[in-house]
Amino acid sequence: MVEVTVRVGRATLGGLAYLGGLARLGLGAAYYTFIGPFRGRPLRLQRAVHQAMAVGVEALPILSLITFFIGVILALQGAYELRKFGALHYVSSAVAISMTRELGPLMTAIVVIGRSGSAFAAEIGTMKVTEEIDALETMALNPVQFLVTPKFLAMLVIMPCLATWADLMGILGGALFGVTGAGFTLGGYLRASLDALFLRDIMTGLVKSVMFGATITAVGCLEGFSTGAGAESVGRSTTAAVVVSIFLVTCVDLVFTALFYFLSPR
Amino acid sequence: MSVRTGDSIISVHDLRVRYGEREVLHGISFDVRPNETMVILGGSGSGKSTLMRALVGLEKPSGGEIWMKGKNIAGLSGAEMDAIHKKLGMSFQGGALFGSMTVGENVALPLREHTPLEESTIEIVVRLKLEQVGLAGFEEYMPAQLSGGMKKRAAVARAMAMDPEMLFFDEPSAGLDPIIAAGIDNLLLKLKKAFQMTIVVVTHELVSAFLIADRMILIDKGSIIAIGTKEELQASAHPRVRQFLDRVPEAEVLEEMDHLQMLTEERRPRQR
Repeated sequence: MVEVTVRVGRATLGGLAYLGGLARLGLGAAYYTFIGPFRGRPLRLQRAVHQAMAVGVEALPILSLITFFIGVILALQGAYELRKFGALHYVSSAVAISMTRELGPLMTAIVVIGRSGSAFAAEIGTMKVTEEIDALETMALNPVQFLVTPKFLAMLVIMPCLATWADLMGILGGALFGVTGAGFTLGGYLRASLDALFLRDIMTGLVKSVMFGATITAVGCLEGFSTGAGAESVGRSTTAAVVVSIFLVTCVDLVFTALFYFLSPR
Repeated sequence: MSVRTGDSIISVHDLRVRYGEREVLHGISFDVRPNETMVILGGSGSGKSTLMRALVGLEKPSGGEIWMKGKNIAGLSGAEMDAIHKKLGMSFQGGALFGSMTVGENVALPLREHTPLEESTIEIVVRLKLEQVGLAGFEEYMPAQLSGGMKKRAAVARAMAMDPEMLFFDEPSAGLDPIIAAGIDNLLLKLKKAFQMTIVVVTHELVSAFLIADRMILIDKGSIIAIGTKEELQASAHPRVRQFLDRVPEAEVLEEMDHLQMLTEERRPRQR
């Protein structure tokens, strides 16, 4: 019994320490992004743009394909239930609302974790193993400012853009079913989707996507920095970055969804 | 005991470093005089690399003082440490060049970040530094395209970019064939002659140590067992110093009880 208590206690402390590390890294990056430029530490915009290309633009094809399919799947699943009530025409609003409020940002986060969260951990982890992080420090360059801040800035800007794109592709996916299986015209489907949406549906999704972006950057970079010695530990950091990111993104999603539920007008 | 006088540029006093429970350096004290080449010798796991890391501020000491340019760097804040870092250059064992930048950009990085120099001036400085290490014309190469010896030369060029007062070398000849390693030794001697610089080198290579050193420190199991000039070290009668200099292998047969104790000792604290 004591053994179990000790283990639970240790795991809790470890988890809290990890969250503390994430918060420190996130706040550090936020400092260098929003306050640093006014205190004579210029932003590395060129690096941020470079990161935004890698995180955002290059992810567009795969993200488009995945969210388009998700849109079709949502429409099919929705229609399965809705047709029992003869309410097949509601399929457009079902897809539009679940894409913008939830699945657009979430699927974007999953794709970005797989493509970029893991890449952040691998890049920083490799730099740690080859002493490049140490080299930065001996050159009086802060690794957080130099490596994390451009990624952080790129993610904050690019995640909402990707999520918006994902929303659109999902709705188009739904339209494929709407047109072929529910008797909509394409124009009619899109109009019905727009009518069903409130601005707050889109906004809540975008707010979430920004939070997801911050989470993914912090986890990826923290895992990179905590890489031990050797190539094997880079692999371990990369895996941990993906698993922990998916878990924490889900937690953040839960918190914000609950928040928006209780805050929204009835 | 060493006295902290104005004539030493680095003064280490009773330095202790621990990783968790284990103390790696047990009270190291020595001085480095301006413009001398100090070689820190020691076997694998002796703590010489940890000492180097502590000297350049990468490892926080658990005790003792490291005086560098009149400041105790063991207790410095980030900004104050940055000021010291701008005055020292460090060449890492594997080069530690940034893989995403060309050789030229690597050398230019500290200049771009810390000086108001114009781009055209930086280009000239980079060309000059690369020429000094025998890598003229390699500006546009990526680090991955360089051989081990060239990487080290490029790392030296980057360490020298800011014209540092102190230059630190971690294992300059590790992983290089004897000819290339001798080339690096020559480069060090050339730099020493050409520039007014204090150089600290960590190595386990006896030949290269005796070639480049003004004075040497021999570290064993986290303590200094000998310090002095080449001649003084050669004349030492300390058994561990002799063993290191004469390259006598470690005796393999241990007392049975000692061996048993060694096997069980590390485990004991965990079970508590």
